[in-house]
Amino acid sequence: MIPPMLAANPRLDRWVSFEADGRVRIAFGRMEYGQGIGTSLAQMAADELDVPFARLRVVPAATGDIPDEGLTVGSMSTEFSGPAIRTACAEVRSLFTAAAAARLGCDPAVLDVRDGAFLKDGAAAGLDYWSLAGEVDLARAPTGEVTLKSPDRMRIVGESEPRLDLPAKVFGPAFLHDLKLPGMRHARVLRQPSPQATLAGLDEAAVRRAVPDVDILIDHAFVALICETEADAVRAHAAAEAAARWDGVRRMDPALSEAEALKTLPHEDFEAGAPRPGPSNRRRITAAYGKPFLSHGSLGPSMGLAQYQDGKLTIWTHNQGVYPMRSLAARITGLAPEAIEVIHGQGPGCYGHNGADDPPIDAALIALRRPGRPIRVQWRREDEFGFAPVGTAMLMELSAELDASGRLVDYTAEIWNTPHTGARGTAVAESALAGYVAPPKPPQRLMPDGSRFSGGLLNATPSYAIGATRTLEHVIETPIRSSSLRSLGGAPNTFAAESFIDELALAVDQDPLAYRLAMLTDERGRAVLTRLAEMCGWPRRWEAGTGRGLGLAYDQHRGRGARVACAAEVEVDEEVRLTRLWCACDGGLIVNPDGAKNQIEGGMIMAASWTLKEQVKLGGAGILSTTWDDYPILRFSEIPPIEIELLNTRDPRPLGLGEVSQGPVMAAIGNAVAHALGARIRDLPMTREKIAAALLAE
Amino acid sequence: MALEFTLNGRRVVVEAAAEANLLDVLRNDLGLTGARFGCGLGQCGACAVLVDGRAVTACALEAGSVAGKSVVTVEGLGTPDAPHPLQQAFLDLQAGQCGYCLSGLLIAAKALLDANPDPSRAEAAAALDGHLCRCGVHNRVLEAVALAARRMREGVPA
Repeated sequence: MIPPMLAANPRLDRWVSFEADGRVRIAFGRMEYGQGIGTSLAQMAADELDVPFARLRVVPAATGDIPDEGLTVGSMSTEFSGPAIRTACAEVRSLFTAAAAARLGCDPAVLDVRDGAFLKDGAAAGLDYWSLAGEVDLARAPTGEVTLKSPDRMRIVGESEPRLDLPAKVFGPAFLHDLKLPGMRHARVLRQPSPQATLAGLDEAAVRRAVPDVDILIDHAFVALICETEADAVRAHAAAEAAARWDGVRRMDPALSEAEALKTLPHEDFEAGAPRPGPSNRRRITAAYGKPFLSHGSLGPSMGLAQYQDGKLTIWTHNQGVYPMRSLAARITGLAPEAIEVIHGQGPGCYGHNGADDPPIDAALIALRRPGRPIRVQWRREDEFGFAPVGTAMLMELSAELDASGRLVDYTAEIWNTPHTGARGTAVAESALAGYVAPPKPPQRLMPDGSRFSGGLLNATPSYAIGATRTLEHVIETPIRSSSLRSLGGAPNTFAAESFIDELALAVDQDPLAYRLAMLTDERGRAVLTRLAEMCGWPRRWEAGTGRGLGLAYDQHRGRGARVACAAEVEVDEEVRLTRLWCACDGGLIVNPDGAKNQIEGGMIMAASWTLKEQVKLGGAGILSTTWDDYPILRFSEIPPIEIELLNTRDPRPLGLGEVSQGPVMAAIGNAVAHALGARIRDLPMTREKIAAALLAE
Repeated sequence: MALEFTLNGRRVVVEAAAEANLLDVLRNDLGLTGARFGCGLGQCGACAVLVDGRAVTACALEAGSVAGKSVVTVEGLGTPDAPHPLQQAFLDLQAGQCGYCLSGLLIAAKALLDANPDPSRAEAAAALDGHLCRCGVHNRVLEAVALAARRMREGVPA
């Protein structure tokens, strides 16, 4: 079978070719932003080809140079791009093996490849990929008939190859932010305070008093300050902020900062799953969990560059995909996609749809109106916090029915959230342009089985054998620009579901681990949860309410992905201190064990930070949390030691790992805090105030 | 004004506005982009440099204040051919994901080890607490600092 990404980009030479200098050129459509995907995909390619890893040259991402794999999202690169590049390489290897066999007059079956050279019956045959490159035409589609290597024959997959992108990052220039184009000018955009605001006036003289030679671009409500130096652009922007008057500025209700407030907003409803149960004598338990709006909090504010020359627009971006950026720029500028080239550069981690799409569009809009020299737009920290999309708040109202033995037999998740991918394919600058009309809502995405896809439904039902389950999703008209944040609804739903499972166990006076194992039928899942219990010393768990807590949680991501169990040990007085975290994970075939652990641990720390600290505060014209002082995240002294174990690592199928540890760790922390306090906090983040409120409520 | 200081061991003279911040001068006037722009408010540590051996946030420092002083950026710590033990340890332990925080962390760790060649985990964490990392590589960074410290104490070449 031909993997979908390869079927969509069938020419083999677009993925792999051999270069004259003894190198292998590898291209894929996934963007590296520190998750290590470039290294993992290269390992898979090297293994299928049997060439030394060091011989690979990964093609920098740019439209035209790499296959179109859309956006690098959803922790899907290893799972979906991996098979594509592996199949492409296996097909190429097979074509070269046939060419070598023809030259040698032998059966291809007696040939093998080692370090890029052909062996015949185990002995060097005097041919390699490079000496045959002139004879094999790779401008062709795959046959779909080539078998991939089995895990037991892999030699590079499974090794902790050092990341290809990391060395540059410890020595100096490494990011798109560091690119200096000849003749480049610096620009800052005076942001519309909110989408409907109109520019009532700008005292241009005041701006020129600050920076005499500033080039002020005003097009409707889109205002840019263009300068020769970045320092001048910063000063001109500050002067313009003080000199601008806006009408129609939104007044955001601060009460909308809380998840509970979602219920007050207009919404569309979607029900799925089993019919609602009729009256019964079963025990019914309900609980509601909340999670506020969250910022992606990328450490570097987004930036981008653009140049418009001779009818051609070139955009430099660190976003999640060069082809989607081209489509976005084409829609907004009206240029034909063929007139736009997009070049990718490394950027700070984005963790979803942060501000990365925006400054390149700002720069493109300016470049079109100021053709010739390149334009660089750097967002401020306040722009990234204030105007980049945020991850949606969620309210999860859960309801369970238990049979006489306490077993969970009916489960309902009622979920309130804004669309998780709502701002995809938009730029914040758009609404400032004359004649702006909001783009039509994208068509409903469907799951492979034809059912409705919603980010809010990921992990909505826990990963156990439960009699009947249903979901009722309320999709809210969002009050603030919101879009994809790492795992979409997956992590919040798992936080809710796995907190709830603990509450159910407690309600029927059962051990939370035993309660889970009794309804976990998946053997791989049982292995993961059992191992986690050993790692964290579950049997030593002490009585509740001592101020020290131990909690655990389990989830199979999206019901088909990695199986992950996490445990947390905490101390709680006025605040929650994490003392230990553990994770056991079956993520299938592990391409790079060290990289896998790095992703899992990073996910755990980010989610721990969400759980304990983070909340975007709404108010004013939109967002009030615009600096790190207003949006604290976990710091070095708050990070506990973390232990991670990977299970079943030579399974044939790899699974994504970037989004799988967050939900279980959030619930494990919640369960540990409940164990420590003897009272539960259901609304995130678990701040001092929430601790006090939970104790009072008890 | 003409601003003169020592940058990574070499004397430099640069024309800089009095109120310019040091980060802007380093990145835009002197072409050293290792110190990163993260917040412009001295809150995240991505732009840290050493000024006379002390780690400071360059984005929140007036360039004029380093006149006559010694400034060290991540480029001054080491090179791929001759890495500083900290840079080597960060690479050996793959202590990074997106890497945007790393140059600031390396600078802070250098200042720490210069003052305390054998810091405990808690001391290292305290020294790095003004630095934010969003990808969650904190434990690896703390382990890399400990590894570099041990190698430096034992005189192991990087």
